[in-house]
Amino acid sequence: YMFSCLLTQIANQPITRLQLNAFRPGSEAEDKIEKDGGASDSECKADTGVPEVPPPADDTPEVLNKALSGLSSRWKNWWVRGILTLAMIAFFFLIIYLGPMVLMMIVLCVQIKCFHEIITIGYSVYHSYHLPWFRTLSWYFLLCVNYFFYGETVTDYFFTLVQREEPLRILSKYHRFISFALYLSGFCMFVLSLVKKHYRLQFYMFGWTHVTLLIVVTQSHLIIHNLFEGMIWFIVPISCVICNDIMAYMFGFFFGRTPLIKLSPKKTWEGFIGGFFSTVVFGILFSYLMAGYRYFVCPVEFSNDSNSFTVDCEPSELFQLQDYTLPSVLESITGWTTVKLYPFQIHSIALSAFASIVGPFGGFFASGFKRAFKIKDFANTIPGHGGIMDRFDCQYLMATFVNVYIASFIRGPNPTKVIQQLLALRPDQQLHIYNSLKAHLTERGLLAALEEAA
Amino acid sequence: MTELRKRGAGGAGGGDPDSTENISDKEADGEDRLGLPSEGEGDLEGDSKADTPDVPPSSDSTPQCLNKALEGLSSRWKNWWIRGILSVTMIIGFFLIIYLGPLMLIFVVMSIQIKCFQEIITIGYRVYHSYELPWFRTLSWYFLICVNYFFYGETVADYFGALVQREEPLQFLVRYHRFISFALYLAGFCMFVLSLVKKHYRLQFYMFAWTHVTLLIVVTQSHLVIQNLFEGMIWFIVPISIVICNDIMAYLFGFFFGRTPLIKLSPKKTWEGFIGGFFSTVVFGFIFAYLLSQYQYFVCPVEYNSETNRFAVGCEPSDLFVMQEYTLPAVAQNILRWKTVNLYPFQIHSIALSTFGSLIGPFGGFFASGFKRAFKIKDFADTIPGHGGIMDRFDCQYLMATFVHVYIASFIRGPNPSKVLQQLLVLQPEQQLSIFNTLRNHLREKGMLPPAVLEQ
Repeated sequence: YMFSCLLTQIANQPITRLQLNAFRPGSEAEDKIEKDGGASDSECKADTGVPEVPPPADDTPEVLNKALSGLSSRWKNWWVRGILTLAMIAFFFLIIYLGPMVLMMIVLCVQIKCFHEIITIGYSVYHSYHLPWFRTLSWYFLLCVNYFFYGETVTDYFFTLVQREEPLRILSKYHRFISFALYLSGFCMFVLSLVKKHYRLQFYMFGWTHVTLLIVVTQSHLIIHNLFEGMIWFIVPISCVICNDIMAYMFGFFFGRTPLIKLSPKKTWEGFIGGFFSTVVFGILFSYLMAGYRYFVCPVEFSNDSNSFTVDCEPSELFQLQDYTLPSVLESITGWTTVKLYPFQIHSIALSAFASIVGPFGGFFASGFKRAFKIKDFANTIPGHGGIMDRFDCQYLMATFVNVYIASFIRGPNPTKVIQQLLALRPDQQLHIYNSLKAHLTERGLLAALEEAA
Repeated sequence: MTELRKRGAGGAGGGDPDSTENISDKEADGEDRLGLPSEGEGDLEGDSKADTPDVPPSSDSTPQCLNKALEGLSSRWKNWWIRGILSVTMIIGFFLIIYLGPLMLIFVVMSIQIKCFQEIITIGYRVYHSYELPWFRTLSWYFLICVNYFFYGETVADYFGALVQREEPLQFLVRYHRFISFALYLAGFCMFVLSLVKKHYRLQFYMFAWTHVTLLIVVTQSHLVIQNLFEGMIWFIVPISIVICNDIMAYLFGFFFGRTPLIKLSPKKTWEGFIGGFFSTVVFGFIFAYLLSQYQYFVCPVEYNSETNRFAVGCEPSDLFVMQEYTLPAVAQNILRWKTVNLYPFQIHSIALSTFGSLIGPFGGFFASGFKRAFKIKDFADTIPGHGGIMDRFDCQYLMATFVHVYIASFIRGPNPSKVLQQLLVLQPEQQLSIFNTLRNHLREKGMLPPAVLEQ
């Protein structure tokens, strides 16, 4: 049964889709999620007993094999991994070039594909193909939850568009109610679809679907949020994790000696620490490169006039060069008194530190999961790297961290949102707030000047 | 509820100690609508491990005094009397708690939540023979504390704005609340990863998933209940009463008139009971809403008074709770010969709540029935004599809390003015100025402010 699980996974990942997943940056987190949706896989494997590990199939394309036929096995593997890595990174940048709209679409598509895969695994394991309605219901729940999340996002970011169009306005005003009603109908359909002999299976699949939704859809939603803050908040974290992966691997390959954790025997302390320092340095340099371009730095906004996404603005203070006085230690070493940095580069140190220190715990979680169910790799989709999930297990926590980081340290309340809320209040409440605000501004001396000018 | 699973897990003596625990929950069962189908999902993992066991014979936990008092009656009527007496007892307990006030209610909700969580986790432990897993008990409780901290922190920041602004450490905690919650959660996650023990990986992952599903449902529902409570105690009392009434009325109608089965899942439910319950619940909701709407104690949002440092429920009742005249449609006019009728607008809303409670609420009950059938359990427990377990009573409440919350957010409550003001004060001065000007123009257009030229 386990082997059929794996085969299903591989069969469901034709080379085009897997390249798609590998190369799309947003996909990584979803696929990462898929892996953690694998926590619910535990149910699946429980029923089937824990099978033996099937031998890994060699997926390397023929052309690569020919080109590398001369080299020894160790270096051949290294070259295969290297080439695939470069290919994935190149594709990552291509997608970025295509713009935020494409990125969003891709994130959405990958999320759907991941969900499909996890549900299919559940189906094949629970032999649930003949359960009435269930496939329909799972997809219906996916649609409901996506509708809810994307509706909230759309309301926030496309406020003016929404207010303009009458049907959109109604949908937005009663959004929560509509989403809840949709979910409820799915719930009632589930209850009505319970078939006498299959109650337990149906409850398992219900639970499986919900855990998968919880993780897959939440993570993709957070990624889109980060993206809207500015593409740099999307690119830099993912790049930090990729860099950490690669650097830890390199350092481990060349210098690795002390094992890091029993869960992952291949990880070493040398790799971990080397990866940490190189990722921090990489993060600083990379954010320096990115922070210079408006395309990456500006929040993605919807322009009413052109009806498309624009990324144009006055860069916030975070992305303007500032002078920082070096501590005396560094002064004596480098001979500089001050250095020009973007404040964002300081933040990137925090992001890199997280990616290097806490990110790997996502990887250990996946390793523990693999060991629990005696799987060597999630799949063999990427030659030399293992499955997609093996690559993205460290991204898992990154999207959430970036989102929380932005909410806590970077972004204050959004002024447009505050105005929206103000205008939605009753007039007497508005008047009350007006007076409070007036008193506050007068105290601060801002209003007196204004009234004098008026 | 948990008794069920303990027996389901192979009959490890789940009997008396737990029934006494559960009886103490009786007092607060009005609030206890937590962990219903959650236990359903949570159990999926659990019972997949244990084979579905046989149904243990139900023990009769009717107190001796009741037994003596009713020994003369026939079995059918005896059962009826027991159920009746216990229902009345539960309802009295419910009203007692309400009398004690909002703060007490919040504490009771929180205690129930913790107790439910403990029970579900204990079941999981037993089922997975997980007692010897290192750290896991600690980690589960730690996650519960983290998630509660996150949710209650958000509530506190919202509702206690004035208090928070005053105290410096609280201000810091509120500003970085999400980050702190996330950091706490992450610490738990990392501890979990580090605690993975070679031979027990699978069990540990199961328990991890079990804990998270339980948290998701139990804590979310209790949080929504508290938010409803803050809107006004009427939003807490009326929905619960409606579900209780529907239960009782459907049972009574089914008892006296029941003939046509409703759904294969629950053979005892009948269409007569369902429809009779629906109409009587709507009427009950209507009348009960009328009774409660008159008192400020129930109708006013619970607010924290910074001066007296306590909860206060005193306010100018909103439009919803002010009598208004409604013109009856012509049909009703002919029948009743009244032209207009004085109603609280809230009574109209109560019809919506009653409808939901009667029509959709039972689906929560069917879900629980399906779950019981899936795992071959007759009742969740025998804690309440004549009624079965606590969960048998609360399976219909499951969806009600969420519905009320969504209903309030969509139809009743606009944005909270104090919250908006708080956000305003946090903005940059230039942003505040620009908003001030926008607001001033808006108010002038509406005529709430004198036009610019007259302002000095």
